[in-house]
Amino acid sequence: MNAVTNMQRDKQKMVRNGISLAALAALVSVVIAAVMIGAVHISLHETWQSLAGGATGETYQIIHNIRLPRVIIGALVGMNLALSGCILQGVLRNPLADPGIIGVSAGAGLAAMVLMILWPELTAFVPLAAFFGALAALVLVLALAWNKGIEPLPMVLAGVAVAALFGGGMSALMIFHSDKIQGTVNWMAGGLQGRSWGHVRMIWPYSLVGILGAMLSYRYLNLLQLGDDVAKALGTRVQAVRFGLVILAALLAASAVSVAGLLGFVGLIVPHITRMLIGSDFEYLLPCSALLGAITVVAADLAARTVFNPVEIPVGIFMAFLGAPFFIYLLRKGMRK
Amino acid sequence: MISSIEARQVALGYAGKIISPCLDMIISKPEIVSIIGPNGSGKSTFLKALSRLLLPEGGSVLLNGKDIHRMRPNEVARLLAVLPQTVQAPGDMLVYDLVGNGRSPYIGLFGRPAAADQSAITTAIEATGIGELAYRRLDTLSGGERQRAWLAMALAQEPQILMLDEPTTYLDVHHQLEFMKLVESLHREMQLTVIMVLHDLNHAARFSHRIIAMKEGKIFADGTAREVLTAQNFRLLYGVEATVMTIEQGGSAHLVCIPHDICSSYGA
Repeated sequence: MNAVTNMQRDKQKMVRNGISLAALAALVSVVIAAVMIGAVHISLHETWQSLAGGATGETYQIIHNIRLPRVIIGALVGMNLALSGCILQGVLRNPLADPGIIGVSAGAGLAAMVLMILWPELTAFVPLAAFFGALAALVLVLALAWNKGIEPLPMVLAGVAVAALFGGGMSALMIFHSDKIQGTVNWMAGGLQGRSWGHVRMIWPYSLVGILGAMLSYRYLNLLQLGDDVAKALGTRVQAVRFGLVILAALLAASAVSVAGLLGFVGLIVPHITRMLIGSDFEYLLPCSALLGAITVVAADLAARTVFNPVEIPVGIFMAFLGAPFFIYLLRKGMRK
Repeated sequence: MISSIEARQVALGYAGKIISPCLDMIISKPEIVSIIGPNGSGKSTFLKALSRLLLPEGGSVLLNGKDIHRMRPNEVARLLAVLPQTVQAPGDMLVYDLVGNGRSPYIGLFGRPAAADQSAITTAIEATGIGELAYRRLDTLSGGERQRAWLAMALAQEPQILMLDEPTTYLDVHHQLEFMKLVESLHREMQLTVIMVLHDLNHAARFSHRIIAMKEGKIFADGTAREVLTAQNFRLLYGVEATVMTIEQGGSAHLVCIPHDICSSYGA
C-alpha cells in the first residue's frame, strides 16, 4: 500500500485514459476524413463551413444528404455491434460470443430475405422486418434455453441451434428463388450504401438506450466475471442482471443489423482487440469498444467506397479482409509476450 | 450484534433430485464450525444453502431469524460472506480492485465508493497481510497469495459470518497452515463466525470449536472435535480404521487422526 506500488495503479489508469482519449481523437479524425473524402473531394474548410451551416449548393447537398448520414450510421452501427458483442462476451463468459450467438443475425437475415424475395415491393420495410426478425429469434433462443433462468451454456447452444435452423431457411429460400437473390446478397454482406437520415432516425434511439445502459452496467459485468456464485454472494441478482443485459445486447445488435445488414466481425473482434489494448475492466472496456467499433466501421466504409473507386465493395467484406489479419497479428503478438 | 444462522427442516437437491431430505442446525455464536464428511455426503450443498447460493426445495434458512431468501440480496451480503471452492477472475485485475468488489453490497448502481468503503478495503487487505501485493495483478500471485486476496474480498464485505468451501484444497502444507491460522486469528479479532467445509480432518480437529459430520445427506454427528472424531465415527463415516490421539504441540493439546486401514465391511 505504499507509494511505489501505488504508481503501478496510476500507470494503469494513465494507459487506460490515454488509449481512451486517443480512440476518441481517432474517431473524430476518421469521421472528418469520411465526410471529406469520396467521389467528390471536399476541403476541410468547405466541410467546416458546410457543417456550421454556412455553405449551400452541391457541396452542402453531398455532405448533408449523402455523406453525413452515412458516416453517422456507420459510427452508430459500429458502436452498437461492438457494445453488443462486448456485453455478450461478458455475460456469457464466452470469448466467441457475438451478436450472432443469440440468434440475432440469423433472425434478421431470414426476415429480411423473406421480405426481399417474396414481397419485393415492400423492400422499404426491410430494416423493420430485420429488427423484428432479430427479436423473434432472440425470444426463441431464450425460450429454448430457459430453465428457471438462463445459464450461459444452454443459451449458447440454443443460439447455435436457432442460427442453424434460420440459416437452413435462408438456404432454402435461395435455392427455390435463385432468380431473385441478387438484391439480397448485398444486404447479407452488410453495407452502408445509400443510407439516409431515415435510417439514422431508426437506429439512434436504440444506440442511445444501449450506450447509456452499457455504461451503467459495467459494475454488473465486472461482478459477473467473478463467476455466478461470487456475484450472487456479493448481492447481485445474477439472473435478472443477465437477462437484462442479454436484452440490451440484442436491441443494440438488432438495430445495427436492421440498417446495415449482416455486418459480421465488429461484434466479435472489436471487443477482443479492445481487451488486448486496455484490459478486462468493463468500466473502460465498454466505452473503448464502442469507440473502436465506430472507428472500424467508419474507416472500413471509407475504404470500401474509395479504394476501388468507382466500384464500391460492401463494407463487411472489406472489414473481414483487413480486420481478420490484424486480429491474428495481435493474437500472435500477445502469445509471444 | 452477533449473527445467527439456522437451517430449519431444509431439503436440498438439484433438478428435483433430493440430496438432503431434512437438515436442522443452528449456529448462534461466533465460533469456528467445520463441516466434514465423505465425498457426496452433501456438505458443499449444505454450505451453498446456508450462504443463499442454493434455494432449498423445502424448509428455510434463517439469518438472524429472517428467511434468507426473503431478504434483499445486498442485506444478506453485508452480514454473510462466502468463498466458493473454485473462483475465477480476470488475470489483469489488481488485488486492490478484487478486494474492492467486496464493497458492492454497500455501493448502489450509481454510487461511488465512499471513505468507509476505502477504509474497509484497506482494513481487509491489512488483516490478510497482503499489503505488499495490493497493486499486483492477480495472475502474478502464487496460490496462497491469491487465496488470501479472495479472503480479503470476503472480509471487505464486513460480514459477521464467513463461509469457506474447502479453502485449502489447492494449497501446499505451508500455505494451508498459514491460511488456517489466518482464519483463526480473524475469528478471534473480529468475532467472526466461520463455517467451512474441510477435507483435512486434522485441520478440522485443531481449528474448530464445533464439527458437523455429514453422511448421505444427513447430519450424522455434531459436537466438539473430541465428540465427533472418534474411531467408531471414522468407521461409520469413511469406512476407515483410524487412530485418534491427543498430542501436545506448540503449547496446546489437540486431536490428531491417522487413518491406517480400510474397513472390510464398508459399503456391504
